[in-house]
Amino acid sequence: MSTVAATSGRHRSAGPAGDGPLAGAGLLLRAMARRERFRVPAWALLLAGLTAYIAVAVPAVYSEPGALEARGWIMREPAAALLAGPGFGLEHYTVPVMLANEMLGLTIVAVAVMSLQLVVRHTRAEEEAGRTELLRAAPVGRAAPAASGVVLLTGANALIGATMAAALAGLGFGLADSIAYGAALAAGGMVFGAVAAVTAQLTESARTAAGTAGAVLLAAYVLRGLGDAQQAGGGPLSWASPIGWLQQSRVYVELRWWPLLLTLGLAVVLLAAAHALSVRRDLGAGLLPARRGRTRATAFGRTLPGLALRGERWRILWWLVAVSVLAVLCGALAEAVVEEFRVQPDLLRLLGEEGGQDLVRQTMALFLKFFAMAVAVYAGTAAHALRADEDAGRTELLLAGAVRRPSVQAAPFVLSVLASGVLLLAASAGLGAGAASVLGPGAATEMAAAALAYWPLAACWTAAALLLHALSRSGLWLWVPLGTAMLAGLYGPLMDLPPAVLDAEPFGAMDVDGFGTAGTAVLGAGVVAVVLAAAALAAFRRRDVPAELGGTS
Amino acid sequence: MDGVVHVEGLVKAFGSTRALDGLDLAVRPGEIHGFLGPNGSGKSTTIRILLGLLRADAGTVRLFGADPWRDAVALHRRLAYVPGEVTLWPRLTGGEVIDLLGRLRGGLDPVLRDRLLADFQLDPGRRTRSYSKGNRQKVALVAALASGAELLVLDEPTSGLDPLMEIVFQDAVREAAARGATVLLSSHILGEVEALCTRLTIIREGRTVQSGSLAELRRLTRSAVAVQTEAPAAAIAALPGVHGVHEDAGRLRFTVDDGAMESVVRALARHGLGSLTSTPPSLEELFVHHYRDGTDDAGARAQAAGAGKDDAGVGTEAVDAATDDAGRAP
Repeated sequence: MSTVAATSGRHRSAGPAGDGPLAGAGLLLRAMARRERFRVPAWALLLAGLTAYIAVAVPAVYSEPGALEARGWIMREPAAALLAGPGFGLEHYTVPVMLANEMLGLTIVAVAVMSLQLVVRHTRAEEEAGRTELLRAAPVGRAAPAASGVVLLTGANALIGATMAAALAGLGFGLADSIAYGAALAAGGMVFGAVAAVTAQLTESARTAAGTAGAVLLAAYVLRGLGDAQQAGGGPLSWASPIGWLQQSRVYVELRWWPLLLTLGLAVVLLAAAHALSVRRDLGAGLLPARRGRTRATAFGRTLPGLALRGERWRILWWLVAVSVLAVLCGALAEAVVEEFRVQPDLLRLLGEEGGQDLVRQTMALFLKFFAMAVAVYAGTAAHALRADEDAGRTELLLAGAVRRPSVQAAPFVLSVLASGVLLLAASAGLGAGAASVLGPGAATEMAAAALAYWPLAACWTAAALLLHALSRSGLWLWVPLGTAMLAGLYGPLMDLPPAVLDAEPFGAMDVDGFGTAGTAVLGAGVVAVVLAAAALAAFRRRDVPAELGGTS
Repeated sequence: MDGVVHVEGLVKAFGSTRALDGLDLAVRPGEIHGFLGPNGSGKSTTIRILLGLLRADAGTVRLFGADPWRDAVALHRRLAYVPGEVTLWPRLTGGEVIDLLGRLRGGLDPVLRDRLLADFQLDPGRRTRSYSKGNRQKVALVAALASGAELLVLDEPTSGLDPLMEIVFQDAVREAAARGATVLLSSHILGEVEALCTRLTIIREGRTVQSGSLAELRRLTRSAVAVQTEAPAAAIAALPGVHGVHEDAGRLRFTVDDGAMESVVRALARHGLGSLTSTPPSLEELFVHHYRDGTDDAGARAQAAGAGKDDAGVGTEAVDAATDDAGRAP
């Protein structure tokens, strides 16, 4: 008897729930948390740091009396409300009120993206890779992976919310409101993490699961935007979106907690739904049937460019939709922004533009620069598919054919460069369409030419991404120069960087000022892109495929 | 030098690990060549060098007399490859992948493609992410076998196939060979190698340990013999080339070196031979012989040094013991 008791005691210590459905959950949670030990704190610090930075920087920029109120006036514009928030407390527009109105929604989106990726990474991606099968074959309860996932999601969001609340309270903003601000982020993360938990049950592929959850997030943001644009303080459509609910908590204006509870309630309902779905399906299967496809490849589908396009087309389409919509919105803001710059001439100078004759053109040029940075981010991901293919062994399958090494790289390179050009044109077209009333119809061509001045620069980032892949270095290295260039381009004037640095910053160096482009810099970017691409091709031709086979890594 | 594959003294190191350490491999035109070795012995590394994916550190590597690294594209028009671990593009269907790989190689025979799809019972309209391991392998196999390539490089191509599909595979490979194709087949399924291969190479820890036809390799190992005689015949234990003599249910069992069989049979005849069964070593026994060397180096050396004196021959019992050992090894 004593042996039995000892054995069962040992079992109990292995997992809190013994042999029940939660067996092994503690161990799983530890393993999951270990994988996230850098990522989640990095998100928490980044978001809190960025918010704190803006809270500190804004009073410096809006130093003149009445300047913030002027910004509050712009926020009444439907186009501004569409992007920012419902606009509570606009009549006394202080820094915390501005954060709640303009930053909260976008920060919730960031936390939601983190949460949905986290959930998919630990559920469907694990299942797709076959690792869940290994786990479930071990003495691990049926509900243990899901339960550990929920605890992990809660912990990650609690950390992010607490960090943000601490940062805001530390800046001297009201304690209860600061806690509510952090709690709103956490609640937003929970809801969209729960959405991902549901989509992960519905589809067999991790990418589709994350993509579907991302589409729900985008829809939620657009819905609340439309509602907020319809009427100040939010319309019916604002109440159709959890992000709208969270903004309705009126943080820093007249705080109310119940919208937060409503959001958390939705998260619980969604998690319960995900659980109900999970017990109704087999391991590895989705509930939505996988569609059948063609039995023969098209002529284009038999080529490397066709293959590259096949893998990228949805991503390109998403970028195109996002850039176009945002560009139209920014363009529609033109009139209000120009008004703000007229009231606040220093602001334009701080954003890196010389104050001067044509405010509209300068404003458009500034927007264009922001979009060029976004396109650079797209271009910087050009090697993702190549890496995934090589890790999975598909590159070997391609190279075992009568295929030159450079062709394998050339297809994604050309595709990324072409897509960057299309995105830049979409940005200029969207800005032009949005600002048609201010600019007049003739400006569209000029805008397109100005946008294309950034094209060679975008190609540089594509080529740099491919070079890193060819040298089998982590793609994260690209973000050092790209992140530095973007920070210098966005905040350089604000940080009082010396002019030499600002001139060297590539986005500023393209100098699309009032649509007149500096030809030499653009040409120079083209040359750099060609040199980087040639280096990438040469390096890839010389190295082993797969690169890390049996290596020390 | 006029072989399809000619590898001599091949060396490849990954960091401080020497994956290949002087490997030799020769594949003659038109033969189905088995390429055997324990896990991690360097088979896939060798194949990747033959495909020009990895660059050799030292040694000679020729494929159709050319350099597989420098002339990769031209050589790949003449060969087709099936990897052991097939991963495919999840958004594509099986049929699309077959056409893509076929086109990249320089086209494939549409009639043969359709027939192979039917033989392998593969649905080409399903997206590859919904395929099982065996179905993914079928995709790569159909693409390779329908290509009409001069050389098929198959790296453990059937590890996910069921026995019926294994038969389809063997028929398809024989058909390719009958057409004049050369096949390099790396495999752990010894029945498959025994059924298909004319010659084979066994490697271990990056070196070639045995190479030749199956008959040649068998000659290097002993046959298991069981006899019934009228008079007690234990004395034959003294004959050269006879090992591990013991009695089992009235039958005398022992193993005999290749070449000593004639003198043994003659000696047995003098004792009034009732019945005799002689079993030549199976490929499995040959293979396990080398595997065991791998798992127990000291034992291997002792056996090599004391060959003829040890009393554990390469009989069935010994093989079982060795298999058990391998099973227990981590």
